[in-house]
Amino acid sequence: MTKGWTLYDPRLAWVLVAPALFLILLLLILPILMMMAYTFFTFVTAGVESAVLTLDNWKEFLFDTYYHGFLWKTMRVGAMTAAICAIVGYFPAYFIWATKFRHKWLLLLLLIVPFWISFTIRTFSWIHILGEQGLINVVLLKFGVISEPLPMLYTEGAVIMGLLHFLLPYMILNVYVSLESIDRTLISAARSMGCTNAQAFREVTLPLSLPGLGAGLLLCFVLAAGSYVTPQLLGGSRDALFGNLIYDTIMGQLNWPMGATLSIVLFVILGCFAAAYSRYMGMSQIMKGMGG
Amino acid sequence: MSAKRRDRESRWAWWLTGAITLCVYIFMFAPIIATIVLSFNASMFGGFPLTGFSLHWYAKLATNVQVLDAFRTSMWIALATAAITTTLGVMTAYALVRFHFRFKQAINTLVILPALVPETILGVGLLVMIKAISQPRSLMLLLLGHILLTLPYVVLIVQARMVGISRTYEEAALSLGASRLSSFREITLPLLIPAVLASLMLAFTISFDNTSASLFWRPAGVETMPTQILAMLKISVSPEVNALGTVMILVTVGIPLLGGLLLQSFTRLKKKTEKKGATL
Repeated sequence: MTKGWTLYDPRLAWVLVAPALFLILLLLILPILMMMAYTFFTFVTAGVESAVLTLDNWKEFLFDTYYHGFLWKTMRVGAMTAAICAIVGYFPAYFIWATKFRHKWLLLLLLIVPFWISFTIRTFSWIHILGEQGLINVVLLKFGVISEPLPMLYTEGAVIMGLLHFLLPYMILNVYVSLESIDRTLISAARSMGCTNAQAFREVTLPLSLPGLGAGLLLCFVLAAGSYVTPQLLGGSRDALFGNLIYDTIMGQLNWPMGATLSIVLFVILGCFAAAYSRYMGMSQIMKGMGG
Repeated sequence: MSAKRRDRESRWAWWLTGAITLCVYIFMFAPIIATIVLSFNASMFGGFPLTGFSLHWYAKLATNVQVLDAFRTSMWIALATAAITTTLGVMTAYALVRFHFRFKQAINTLVILPALVPETILGVGLLVMIKAISQPRSLMLLLLGHILLTLPYVVLIVQARMVGISRTYEEAALSLGASRLSSFREITLPLLIPAVLASLMLAFTISFDNTSASLFWRPAGVETMPTQILAMLKISVSPEVNALGTVMILVTVGIPLLGGLLLQSFTRLKKKTEKKGATL
């Protein structure tokens, strides 16, 4: 069978990667190239476009403030979510890393369990907490703290809450992985040289965990900015994000050229963040975070 | 600053870290527990307060034809995705770990790419493509899309395991006259089993749960489990949705936990028989 082939023949490697490579070229690279072409097509009527090349879609996007508003809000919500994730997520990651608790694996397992629970279910379950019939309102009403239910659901706050719930495990695991790779003798060394615990944390542990924190920030920002189920379920009509705009443009108005234009815009912006990150931190961090 | 005071301060910081950790865990699980509890609520409305225990909503769920259809669709797509992606992933990871060839680094990045591109864009991309060749959306498209979505994770898992398996075992088998295929089947694959099982389960759950991209790709009139839930939520947050959510949680959390337990007892059993073999 291996006649004429060397032991680790590159030709065999190409045969092995061929199906996956073909799939990705056909279903990912080609579609993105076609979307780019579509941005120059002319929209005729719902569901119909012609291959007459035009810059109208790009002009519309660049000069219509309607789109700028969506873009700005999406970036803001994404950045806020990522920042809160980083601040709130660092503590559990540090705790799990530093604890002497015997069943550490249980704490880690509990962080992974949410990945197994349907995203839709995790998102709509917030309705039971924040809604008019939700836990907070029902309890507060019962104890007479408030006389009318607080309007918490269908606000931007609820959307951010839902995104936090979805993204915190990503952040915690990313930070945890980079903490875990720190050589603990460095911290002992700092302590024996007269650092206080706080100083050792500030001078050694925190700087060495920054790559994980950065990877987590990027991942959270990209996933939050690309989301559209969360705003749809937990946000009001004014809390729609860029993803919702794309979905409505394509599935609602059937305006494919404009939908493709908006998709490419989102793709390029999020791609720029990822590229900037990988330039400074290296792609390997993200891979490590995802693999772990 | 005295040593005692410093000690007290760091202890205080540690307690604060612990307290925030506890709050994060409560934050993660409280809504899910609320959903599960509410699915047993007798009330006609999907929210609090609790009025009594009832299994009524589960009974109603079992006769809901749309839900059963969606369940069947999701199940088939997820099983097929798990099988196909794992096969592709093992082949790709094997090539990427064991071989040296041109463009290897580029291919490595390319394979991870679907996990980094937002799902909305993946969704629109595939639709634009089939529109250009004027094909309707089909279950085949949904399946291909799910394979694309799960491939990066499977390759990462198998790669991580493959790196830890020394190539000398395979080479020994080859030098003793085994064919390429049988050396893979007899030596490499058994050593890869944990990664293969993990990949199967992960691909299954990712596919079964996928919402955003599936909303774009599903054929007209076909619902998968998550899109069915979304459609039901559009009407109201009924107790039936809570029951459906609870069933889904049981399926997607139960399967990996069960798989992990099985794997553990499997390795324990193997160790035991190996020990017996050694003493004989």
